[in-house]
Amino acid sequence: MKKLVTFLILATVLFCSCAKSQNASGRYAASIQIKGSDTIVNLIQVWAEKFVAQYPMYNIGVTGGGSGTGFASLINKTCDIAMSSRRIEKKEKLLAKSNNIEPVEFKVGLDGLAVLVNKNNPVDKLTLVQLRDIFMAKITNWKEVGGEDRKIVILSRESNSGTHMFFKERVLRQNGESAGDEFSVHSLMMPSSQSICDEVCQNPNALGYVGMGFLNDKVKAISVAIDESSGYVYPTSENVMNGTYPISRPLYLYTNGNPNGIVEMFIEYTLSDTGQEVVVETDFVPIKR
Amino acid sequence: MRKSLDTIIETIIFICGMLSIVFVVLIFGFLFKEGFAFFKDFGVSKFITGQFWYPSSEPASFGILSLILGSILVTVGACLIAVPIGIMTALFISEIAPKGVRDVLKSLVELMAAIPSIVIGFVGMVTVVPLVKNIFNLSTGLTAFAGAIMLAFMAIPTIVTISEDAIRSVPWQYREGALALGATKWQTIRRIVLKAAMPGIIAAIMLGIGRVIGETMAVMMITGNAAHIPHSIFDPVRTMTATIAAEMGETVRGGMHYRSLFAIGLVLFIITFIVNFTADLFLGKKKNR
Repeated sequence: MKKLVTFLILATVLFCSCAKSQNASGRYAASIQIKGSDTIVNLIQVWAEKFVAQYPMYNIGVTGGGSGTGFASLINKTCDIAMSSRRIEKKEKLLAKSNNIEPVEFKVGLDGLAVLVNKNNPVDKLTLVQLRDIFMAKITNWKEVGGEDRKIVILSRESNSGTHMFFKERVLRQNGESAGDEFSVHSLMMPSSQSICDEVCQNPNALGYVGMGFLNDKVKAISVAIDESSGYVYPTSENVMNGTYPISRPLYLYTNGNPNGIVEMFIEYTLSDTGQEVVVETDFVPIKR
Repeated sequence: MRKSLDTIIETIIFICGMLSIVFVVLIFGFLFKEGFAFFKDFGVSKFITGQFWYPSSEPASFGILSLILGSILVTVGACLIAVPIGIMTALFISEIAPKGVRDVLKSLVELMAAIPSIVIGFVGMVTVVPLVKNIFNLSTGLTAFAGAIMLAFMAIPTIVTISEDAIRSVPWQYREGALALGATKWQTIRRIVLKAAMPGIIAAIMLGIGRVIGETMAVMMITGNAAHIPHSIFDPVRTMTATIAAEMGETVRGGMHYRSLFAIGLVLFIITFIVNFTADLFLGKKKNR
């Protein structure tokens, strides 16, 4: 459902931005384009709507496509701000330099993924390696990680979900150390984060991951450690903010050179208290309280 | 004057009649155009017989064998449940039930056809899925079997209404002749009525299959969507329709993944076309008698 809403919003925005670009000079004082990560497109969209409501003389177009698309269009000068759920890569930086683009980074929020189990499941902590082995079906029984003798049912998001991509990158591929690893074919692909919560809630065998905003008292989030020697950390906003929770990532905006005019106003707005409240509303973690 | 009015109205009716043909041809053309472009890049046999569906990985793998098997398993399961119930209900309504019961039953069955599939999926998710898990002691209730039960509910109205028509159109003389020769009521139904109505009943089953195989929302919610080759009906499966619905929203227009979904649509269209065509053959045979 959320996906559909995102799609509709995107389609509308795309349509409107096409329609408006014809008379942009006439109706708006300035118009900017934001492109990039599908993960945070919802957040940016809400920011853009609220910002435009405050300053109706400006027009902001928001398009998804992925973090890579965002950087590509920043380099091609087809957008003013690139949104990304990862840092700019070295080769993208070099490419930017050769095109006389100087990417400037702004951290605007954080995103943490919680790993969920049923409330009756005695397991309450796992290491990243254990998680990886479970999601790749190398560990298939809960007793191998200190639980009851039950088969593990893996719940994952659909392959085009940003959450799926990030979890794959961070947990399965350990940030690139074992590239090419995939979720087991036996994992159940659930259509939404809500359906993962629902299944975990009624199935003591299930294990899933969702954005922290989906946590409620019907399910149990487990503490995660990088390895056995480091401590197990529970997914809370504080632990994501201070960087101890391992499955989290910053969300970035990138501009070409130091921003000015409306771009600067927009970025200031996202970092302001009202802007960071929107971060909380859209189930991400603010960078400051 | 009257004549020209006649011509005008005839033309309008002609256009309306032709429209559906135009639509079908256009839809098929569009599917074929996008799907064929994919087949040219990827290869038909690799697509149909490939076991792994990792559309957004690097390198991507587009094998839909598990999806086809998933669709078939759910459809066959649903038919095994819906066909006996459907035909027996039709027999009861048209041959056995007293008039009052018949009218109530008939309108209730028709009402069943009006339940939206999302409602069936939702009800299935909260009732049938936990039930299947507990009764069969499975690790998860999100299985092809749960999907088959819920889809059977959707196929039953179609099967009942059409086979009831077929049974009713068996001439009364047949029954009277059988009874006059000393056959019991059951013998008459089994040897005479069912036999005479068989082409219509087969057409009803085919249309029921067509309804089940194209169903999306309910199966997406209750079959688990794991893209692996199912070993039994108690395994989670991923159907072709659910794959298209889940992944269409976020693919890049014109990309390989986008076109692969059209290719799945094309495969699905061909399957339903064959099913409907078979149904038409049987219906036609009935008329020619």
